[in-house]
Amino acid sequence: MSMAVKPTAAPITAMEGQSAKQGASMTLLALRSLARKPIPMLGLAVLVITILLVILAPVMTPYDPAKMSPTEALQGPSARHLLGTDGFGRDQLTRILYGGRLSLQVGLISVGIGLWAGLVVGSVAGYFGGWADEAIGRLIDIMMAFPGILLAMTIVAVLGISIPNLMIAVGVSSIPAFTRLIRGGVLSARENDYVLAARAIGCSDLAIIRRHLIPNIMAPILVYATLRIATAILASASLNFLGMGAKPPTPEWGLMLSESRSFIRTAWWLATFPGLAIMATVISINVLGDGLRDAFDPWMKGK
Amino acid sequence: MTRYILRRALLAVPTLLGVSLAVFLMLHFLPGDPVLMMLTEHAGQQAPSSNTDITAEQYENMRHELGLDQPLYVQYGRFIWRALHGDLGKSFRSQAPVVDTIIDNIPYTFVLAMAGLGVSVALGLVLGIIAAINRDTWIDGATMTLAVASISMPNFWFGIMLLLIFALQLRLLPAVGPPMQLKSLILPAVALGFRSSASVARLMRSSLVEVVHEDYVRTARAKGLTERAVILRHALKNALIPVVTIVGLQFGSMLSGATIIETVFARPGIGKLAVTAVVQKDFPLIQGTILFTAVIYVIANFLVDMSYAWLDPRVRYH
Repeated sequence: MSMAVKPTAAPITAMEGQSAKQGASMTLLALRSLARKPIPMLGLAVLVITILLVILAPVMTPYDPAKMSPTEALQGPSARHLLGTDGFGRDQLTRILYGGRLSLQVGLISVGIGLWAGLVVGSVAGYFGGWADEAIGRLIDIMMAFPGILLAMTIVAVLGISIPNLMIAVGVSSIPAFTRLIRGGVLSARENDYVLAARAIGCSDLAIIRRHLIPNIMAPILVYATLRIATAILASASLNFLGMGAKPPTPEWGLMLSESRSFIRTAWWLATFPGLAIMATVISINVLGDGLRDAFDPWMKGK
Repeated sequence: MTRYILRRALLAVPTLLGVSLAVFLMLHFLPGDPVLMMLTEHAGQQAPSSNTDITAEQYENMRHELGLDQPLYVQYGRFIWRALHGDLGKSFRSQAPVVDTIIDNIPYTFVLAMAGLGVSVALGLVLGIIAAINRDTWIDGATMTLAVASISMPNFWFGIMLLLIFALQLRLLPAVGPPMQLKSLILPAVALGFRSSASVARLMRSSLVEVVHEDYVRTARAKGLTERAVILRHALKNALIPVVTIVGLQFGSMLSGATIIETVFARPGIGKLAVTAVVQKDFPLIQGTILFTAVIYVIANFLVDMSYAWLDPRVRYH
């Protein structure tokens, strides 16, 4: 007769439950602590609502964002046009919803560019050190010598004015910050024993970086990436305001604010609502990112 | 201290060279042929209605004039040599020397940047001190919320709102005016400095909160001083040290912000010049304004490093 232990459906004992809880990843614990904070959760809620509204824009509004209706030009907020109409009679709420799609796309894609490039360049600099680190460090210093929006403007000047080039410009201008963050994380993580162990069993450098180092430093990087999306949305709106991205009649928040200046004396709603849309989106991402940072910060947890 | 200054200056030189190289190479990474672009601009301006067909001879002459028939390192050398002698070429549009155009616009940007810095520091210090004195109360929460709101707000939108409310509705300040006049400077300076004041406020608050755990502050409290006196008379001076360094770094964001604020308020300045140059594809002017701004930024950061080393001697021996 087999003495094999049969699997039972017995409930988990207190001791097993305790070790399961202890084994829960840092990430899960951090996310649970985040879920208990009201302000970041409010930020998440506002962000989710914003994303749903812009995705469902065709359903939310019966108007075409580009269709002109001269007889309805420069009407203030009303039951028919909740946020008023612009100089061409286009519904402002519709243009804000469709404009949100572009802003979120630019935010995500440009941060994706910066994150991906930063992962490659930062991990090479941090892991290998030596002349690679020096050369990359000098390149980053040069990029950071262009203050704020000037680096993105320079790239747009070289590549030409268009939305894809704007995404590249905003993405490239976030590479220095991502590179420094990832380089710092890899520098400290490469001294750990698990890296030594991985080398001892014959892991290649690329495998060590991909499978061991990067996953262990992802938490602060993702926090920074979240906050960076907010910065990217602001940068993109600024460049569009300056006429370096979308062209009329494309609905885009920064471009709409630029166009509103011609009507500032007669149509206050054109200058107010797109700005509030930008602000609401950016605040929600910032408070969520701040909450994520606090949740992942072990020093903060000790308080 | 001298060795530290020399060491940092030597580190700044490769950065400056790198910036100049990046700006120089801009012209060589442009889509399309820069020679054709310049010839088309030239021909278009001189005789807008005439035939703009370009001959091979004109093409070669322009190529030679621009030095584009030389090896890249020779071109870069000439670019640096000319730049050091104050020659950054001529604007496509106006044909005016780029250096002269930049010099004409420097005062406006400088004044705006200083005014913006003043607003940023004043507002940031006040908000930070109020938050620290009233920490963990609703006042603290409200001031820090205001700080988050201000960094989430597009500064060009804030500028437009200031124009709408204070210039057009309340008519307290002019919408436009002589750029060096104080009244014309207030709204742009507030629009520029408001966003940066958030960083100053947060740093001031956290720096003060750290400093209040020191023994001398405990002594001041034990003597029976009010919380306000403890903060303002004893804690503030030491809490200011990290704030001073961030103020220096704010200068960079003032330069960057001025680019947008000058456009919002239709003010002359280097920022407006750079924007116009990019939109009009005036490449000598783009190169000149971006090179100038980047060099000023590097020098400003270098001076901030020096002031930090002077304030905190431990930094020099790092």
